[in-house]
Amino acid sequence: MPILLGVVPFGMIYGVLAMGAGLTVGAAMAMSSIVFAGSAQFVGVQLIHSGAPGMVIVFTTFIVNLRHILYSASIAPYLARLNPRWKWLLAYLLTDEAYAVTITRYNQESASPVISANRHWYLLGAGLAMWITWQVSTAAGIFLGAQVPSSWSLDFTIALTFIALVVPALRDRTSVAAALSAGIIAVLAFGLPYKLGLIVAAIGGMAIGLWVEARQSLRAHRHERGDSR
Amino acid sequence: MNVWLLLICMGLVTYAIRLSMIGLIGRVNLPPIIQWALCLVPPAVLSAIIFPELLMPGGTLDLSFGNHRLLAGALAAAVAWRTKNVLLTIGVGMVALWVLQAVIPH
Repeated sequence: MPILLGVVPFGMIYGVLAMGAGLTVGAAMAMSSIVFAGSAQFVGVQLIHSGAPGMVIVFTTFIVNLRHILYSASIAPYLARLNPRWKWLLAYLLTDEAYAVTITRYNQESASPVISANRHWYLLGAGLAMWITWQVSTAAGIFLGAQVPSSWSLDFTIALTFIALVVPALRDRTSVAAALSAGIIAVLAFGLPYKLGLIVAAIGGMAIGLWVEARQSLRAHRHERGDSR
Repeated sequence: MNVWLLLICMGLVTYAIRLSMIGLIGRVNLPPIIQWALCLVPPAVLSAIIFPELLMPGGTLDLSFGNHRLLAGALAAAVAWRTKNVLLTIGVGMVALWVLQAVIPH
């Protein structure tokens, strides 16, 4: 699975940054196994480094990981018949990558006449493979972290990673509006105490995106009715 | 907050989100407006991290050519737009930053 190889650099970068932020080896490894969510870990390490209060870090983690509700909702029907213990385990392993490969597989399966009764094993396999890859690459990054001088500006990889994720996803007016307004609010709100800027900007960006969406569909609706306003 | 308590809280929040709909299946359906709002989370959150990182590297707004991170980030955004390749975007951005730091002193 090439997706596993793609994760290795991120695990390593996380490990290097966690060391740079002054986390202990134990805490850096524990974050990878307890939280197990790449973007949230990147942001968390940055906030810890800047001395943000714990409540703000936890709430920021919540905002950054909110998208997983969508994964949870889309995978839930396939897992509906499992007992609670399976659900609890699989929920822990539901990362971006595990979700992506598993839902692709399930969608292909539901097109064929034979649907496997054991398909939760597929998510378990994908999730465990991701988990092991993430822990090993974090450890490698922690090991390297001690040797990387700060003049390399490796912290810039956080911004670059997020640019690489967000730019190709800007496909419609709504997402562009949300991204631009969140970015501008983040710059304006940078001086807010307790590093609250990110939370304010994310919520503001989503609200403006929804507003653009609502206006657009209202206009389309009027157009359909032949109303010329 | 103690760092271990913090890690556990971060983990619990993440886990609760992932378990939410799997655990509630059949009892709750997400209304369309919530689904729309959730689709906007990644662009909003990621931009809210990117913009200050590029526009105010020293903690204050810097729109000059002396701002290496802004130039390198803009180049990386162009690469991301054209290629959709994550690792290439990071590679080009980092090399651009190193070259700019060597060529144009701050």
